[in-house]
Amino acid sequence: MSFRLPNAGCLIDRSNPVSFTFNGKPVQGYKGDTLASALMAADQRMLGRSFKYHRPRGLVASGGEEPNALMNMGEGARFEPNQRATTTEVFDGLTARSQNHWPSLNFDIGALNNRLARFFPAGFYYKTFMKPQWAWKHLFEPIIRNSAGLGQVPTERDVDRYEYFYAYTDILIIGGGVAGLEAALESGRSGAKVLLLEQSPHFGGRFMVDDIEVDGRDGPAHIAHLLAEIAKLPNVTLRARTQGAGVFDHGYALGYERLTDHAPAATPRHRLWRIRAKRIITATGALERTLNFAGNDIPGVMLASAVRDYIRLYGVTSGARTVVVTNNDDAYRTALTLYAAGLEVPAIIDARPNGGGEMSDQARALGIRIETGHGVAKVIGKKHVTAVEVCLQSGTGGAVESIACDCVAISGGFSPVVHLWSHCGGKLNWDEENAMFSPDPSRPPTDQNGEGFVLAAGTASGALGTNACISTAVTAAHQAADEVGRSIKEEAAPRLTQTPDETPMAPIWTMPAQAPYKLRSKTWLDFQNDVKVSDVQLAAREGYESVEHTKRYTTLGMATDQGKLSNINGLAVLAGALDAEIPQVGTTTFRPPYTPISLGSIAGEASGPLFKPTRKTAIDGWHKSHGAIFEPVADWRRAYAYIQAGETTQDAITREILATRGAVGLFDASTLGKIIVKGPDAGKFLDLLYTNMMSTLKPGKCRYGLMCNENGFLMDDGVVARLDEDTFLCHTTTGGSDRIHAHMEEWLQTEWWDLEVFTANLTEQFTQIVVAGPNARKVLEALGGTDVSREALPFMGFIDGKLAGIQARIFRISFSGELSYEIAVPASQGLLLWNLLLQAGADFGIAPYGTEALHVMRGEKGFVVVGDESDGTVTPHDLGMSWAVSKKKEDFIGKRGMQRSFLMAAGRKQLVGLRTLSDTEKLPESAHAVEGGKAIGHVTSTYFSPTLGHPIAMALINGGQSRMGEVLDFPVGSKVHKARVVDLVFYDKEGAQQDV
Amino acid sequence: MRKYSAFAIAREAFRHHSGWQRAWRSPEPKKSYQVVIVGAGGHGLATAYYLAKNHGIRDIAVIEKGWLGGGNTGRNTTIIRSNYLQDESAAIYEKARGLYEGLSAELNYNIMFSPRGVMMLAQTEHELRGYHRINQANAIQGVATEMLTPEQVKSKVPIMEINGPRYPVLGALWQARGGTARHDAVAWGYARAASDLGVDIIQQTEVTGITQSGGQVTGVQTTRGDISCKKLGIVVAGHSGVLAEMAGFRLPIESVSLQALVSEPIKPCIDVVVMANTVHGYLSQSDKGELVIGGGADGYNNYTQRGSFHHVEETVRALIETFPIISRLKQLRQWGGIVDMTGDRSPIIGKTPLGGCFINCGWGTGGFKSIPGSGWALAATMASGEPDELAAPFGLERFAEGRFIDESVAAGVAH
Amino acid sequence: MLLLTCPYCGVSAEETEFHGGGEAHLKRHADGSSDDAFTAYLFERKNPKGIVFERWRHVYGCGKWFHAARCAVTLEVFGTYSAQTLKPPKSIITSIKAKRPDWEEIS
Repeated sequence: MSFRLPNAGCLIDRSNPVSFTFNGKPVQGYKGDTLASALMAADQRMLGRSFKYHRPRGLVASGGEEPNALMNMGEGARFEPNQRATTTEVFDGLTARSQNHWPSLNFDIGALNNRLARFFPAGFYYKTFMKPQWAWKHLFEPIIRNSAGLGQVPTERDVDRYEYFYAYTDILIIGGGVAGLEAALESGRSGAKVLLLEQSPHFGGRFMVDDIEVDGRDGPAHIAHLLAEIAKLPNVTLRARTQGAGVFDHGYALGYERLTDHAPAATPRHRLWRIRAKRIITATGALERTLNFAGNDIPGVMLASAVRDYIRLYGVTSGARTVVVTNNDDAYRTALTLYAAGLEVPAIIDARPNGGGEMSDQARALGIRIETGHGVAKVIGKKHVTAVEVCLQSGTGGAVESIACDCVAISGGFSPVVHLWSHCGGKLNWDEENAMFSPDPSRPPTDQNGEGFVLAAGTASGALGTNACISTAVTAAHQAADEVGRSIKEEAAPRLTQTPDETPMAPIWTMPAQAPYKLRSKTWLDFQNDVKVSDVQLAAREGYESVEHTKRYTTLGMATDQGKLSNINGLAVLAGALDAEIPQVGTTTFRPPYTPISLGSIAGEASGPLFKPTRKTAIDGWHKSHGAIFEPVADWRRAYAYIQAGETTQDAITREILATRGAVGLFDASTLGKIIVKGPDAGKFLDLLYTNMMSTLKPGKCRYGLMCNENGFLMDDGVVARLDEDTFLCHTTTGGSDRIHAHMEEWLQTEWWDLEVFTANLTEQFTQIVVAGPNARKVLEALGGTDVSREALPFMGFIDGKLAGIQARIFRISFSGELSYEIAVPASQGLLLWNLLLQAGADFGIAPYGTEALHVMRGEKGFVVVGDESDGTVTPHDLGMSWAVSKKKEDFIGKRGMQRSFLMAAGRKQLVGLRTLSDTEKLPESAHAVEGGKAIGHVTSTYFSPTLGHPIAMALINGGQSRMGEVLDFPVGSKVHKARVVDLVFYDKEGAQQDV
Repeated sequence: MRKYSAFAIAREAFRHHSGWQRAWRSPEPKKSYQVVIVGAGGHGLATAYYLAKNHGIRDIAVIEKGWLGGGNTGRNTTIIRSNYLQDESAAIYEKARGLYEGLSAELNYNIMFSPRGVMMLAQTEHELRGYHRINQANAIQGVATEMLTPEQVKSKVPIMEINGPRYPVLGALWQARGGTARHDAVAWGYARAASDLGVDIIQQTEVTGITQSGGQVTGVQTTRGDISCKKLGIVVAGHSGVLAEMAGFRLPIESVSLQALVSEPIKPCIDVVVMANTVHGYLSQSDKGELVIGGGADGYNNYTQRGSFHHVEETVRALIETFPIISRLKQLRQWGGIVDMTGDRSPIIGKTPLGGCFINCGWGTGGFKSIPGSGWALAATMASGEPDELAAPFGLERFAEGRFIDESVAAGVAH
Repeated sequence: MLLLTCPYCGVSAEETEFHGGGEAHLKRHADGSSDDAFTAYLFERKNPKGIVFERWRHVYGCGKWFHAARCAVTLEVFGTYSAQTLKPPKSIITSIKAKRPDWEEIS
């Protein structure tokens, strides 16, 4: 059984009990407990089920590397699956439920898989379920999906907030153990700006647990000393509960701070630190490896260092009677700790023939039995350990003895945490002596200057002893400080440490060495994904020899712990199966994040209303309060139609059109791009930019222009007004304003930099209001201030003047085909003018209209909309606008492109009008014309014209201009629509309405 | 090749799975082959397989600098669909999709093709019109797609927020027979079947040069010696430009890093593939339970298989807006692949300026879904020496002619 | 996440402040050019697995276009320089050669 010890636990506050529930059952822990330690104290040994075989799973580790203890945490809008119990601090009211079982943790139907495990070796699903064809999707896949998947699905929208934080620092240190703190103190003394991130709530790492003496202080005292010294340095910032999650190019790093997971509050839950550092020191420590023997996945088998952690940090023990199994000296610390806590250690099983060093002598002196050259043949127990069978390590697993126990503390050696070193391309060396990969300082990740920007320190660098751990940290600090231009003048006195002499570890990859299949098929490498030694060996035999193949074929290391415990063991087994050296087999790629981070934190503040900024015109509030429904156009929202009481959307559109054509309409055109092009060469530049001639435009006049890209395809259109000899105002489409401005700058800066031209995008500086309809002039005259008569302001002209006292530029341009004025005023006056126009127009039947009415009216007139009639593969010629393509100009963008064979070919799609044979049924959106089973074109716009009382459409049809009068078939579903090819202009062909 | 089946598994279960053979041979390269394919990704292996199976050419080496399937085949988000606008695209992607349907049985390797349906959300009026256009085009091409109403979208994907304030869902283009497959298995299945037909797959061998004589290819130089061949296929997405340089021509291609990420696994919550192009995010759930999320491409040349994190942020933001329940799930892993981007974002399949040398590249973000179709078409092209019907529109010459196959047109530009 | 220094305003900024513009020093071929020359200008790219000369715009900054010499494999930046140049300046070539003696410019 596991239980709370009477008096250990430096992190818990026994005077501060905390209540929470596990699977609905109340549990009590103390402030400072993790969910894992509190459950251990409550003798809850089984915490979940594995992914594939649904085997019982208990705690293995004490930190972020834990593969098993994953919980469904919280409720409702704060529910979160797959939360690690080992990194979750308990608080009052916490609710946790175990995962991946049905109906209960103790009795799980899915455990049937375990009985049938022999039929489910690695990759079995690639070899079956192939027939019949439908069965995978409808039969097998659903079964597999339902039995996989771990945590439950959240059902509600997250109510918590997240935020970003930007940090710029000279040196970023990741890891707040002794190496990180020593590095922070040392580099901090240089005056460099230092930021240190520690993933757990407390600093000190293994120094809080292991019996270490530094400068006469014990571990915790030394950490306290370092923290006190660092506190004196204002240039050093320490951050707990903040994981160094990823290292990216050019010194970019991510920190993941958990602000309220341990104490729910209304403040942001997580903060994503976006860090730029000149140098990064990874002081991320090392992780202990498991040992590979049969039954090593049974609850009660734990990492030796974790057993020690739970005793020292939280005052809980995972067993009353613990067998220690090891291939190195470190696990002896656990035996000594257990002993000191008054717990039974029936034996230490040391696989090395000659056992360990100084600490093994200490253990022996205390009367602890040590069996060297031995291993574990298998663990006895179902839902928890009851005994181990001990065998000769060199043999095949014939048991020499069974030792009763309720916990097995295992240590297979250590692997430096090289993830952050590797994220951005740092390379590794194989350290033969310690059987581990460690950072190769000669091949670090490199930055924008080609210089290494990550330094490894402490055990993360491969320095396993305390002395080496501290000295590598100091060295890294010096190097980093030097490289950021802050040399450390005074050498700190070297630390004096007291550590026992250790005997080298022995690489033991299977226990016993000659384990037969029966044992190997019960020996777990990846506890969460259920990958066993036999699986890796099968993969190797079947030719999945690359480590990436093996990983993907067996799913080794693909679980939520990303193989932190299993990868090296798996590699070693693979190397053994291939008869290759481990470094030849190599590692899989380490990818961010180090441990999983919430998607909410990645999204940051930009959620809900802040997801994407909406650009709004100065009149937007009026639209909203007058029944407008909006449509997003580029980043803007535009009023689509104004719905009055009792109206459908279609009713409103019809009313708006008829009001405009019959009286006068009002339209907010402010979103159209407005770009000033100015300079002595402005005309010359615009001649290169537009397909038609702009330099000949007279001041005071407007001209409609087309712009193509170098491919010769239409990219934008709009009216150009020449304000004076040197100045043009170019209108663009709503979506085009920023793009076209950038396009102009690109050509000016990178191709025609000899031209003296300047551009400015004034789109948001002006409100632009269209007053269109037979009564338009009367409305403007009612406002007064400027003569807007036909004589003073003819069609395609503009005039600067005042309207109702507001300085305005009034254009006589028309996209509706009516008598139309577009009035530009400073945006600050926009709403005022809008209201004045409404008042003045009240007697003339004025009505605001939205974008859909505009589209229908321009459709009636046969005007194109870039993006509807054109789609990026259409030339002005295709649209029947050859008149807008200059033949005189030597050069313009797109001229050469249009001369290519496909763009000149006969039979290209051409824009035509379509008149349905039926007067009531409009052509469906994007209907395709079909001839002889082949598509010959498609509808680009289709409307019901309230003005004409019948449907109208525009279409791009192969050779359309030569098909005038033909009736085409437009099959849609089971129905064939018929329409006649007609001229584009349906309404007022002569243009009499607009030029009055 | 010993057949895979439930029976075979049962038989092996009683002898400790000791009877399984290698999935593919690991031969020493010969001095000479009739055909050399560079690149043992899905496309290269499929090409070799169809050359052997459809055209009886079995004297083939597929040369791979790393491990087979280790490029973009093993890095994509596994989406399969053929709801393309342009007839040329629809033809080859639909061929591929059709082959995917029967591929497990054909290769005797379960590639887990799951026709769970692909949904492309329309979130602006303009996008909705664009999808109507594709839907209409698909009807004529014989590709089964339909338009869904927002209510139908919601009923298929209950976890979706269809009334988002910024971009409400206005409808969707739905291809019921689109879906996903297990990406690694596609490479492994083709490798095993091709190897069985006599194709030599040479891994861990890098091509360092291409030899030619009189405008005809004569072979390749590799890190394991020279290999001569009569025909050469370059099928190396991400590195097409590098091989083209060796062959002495230049391509309309830039290599950029495209990112993807997965969440931690949860129980099944979404049964279809959703693509939301307005907000730039797409998502499906793997059989393991991870949400598989496609990220953005960098706007600069990049051969690192890493990308910039802001693309991940943008994608995740978009998906939380679309699927609010995922906010408290956690990102497990992110990665990148190097993709070829062509001038019109459509692939290149066919002949090259070098005689006997053929190329298949430029799939951009869409390579995985086309693997069987592209392998089929390139094999036919290489066997006959002239572009196959499916491949013909995708020739290199289209750029000089201005004959784009532009799939972005349905999205068009905003008005 | 690249860091680039704009040679106009001198600001060293995040990649997100810039906009990439593809290969630099393309020679524009317009009216009267051959199909080959025009196609090469519009489409064919060196795309080396090595050092690229590329265009960037400091779009959320001073708005200026500039050029960068960058390695597409290591992402090392050898320098940024004026967009109003027809080929990389000597200083840039020198700084590349100093670090990569074997490097040769692709014509």
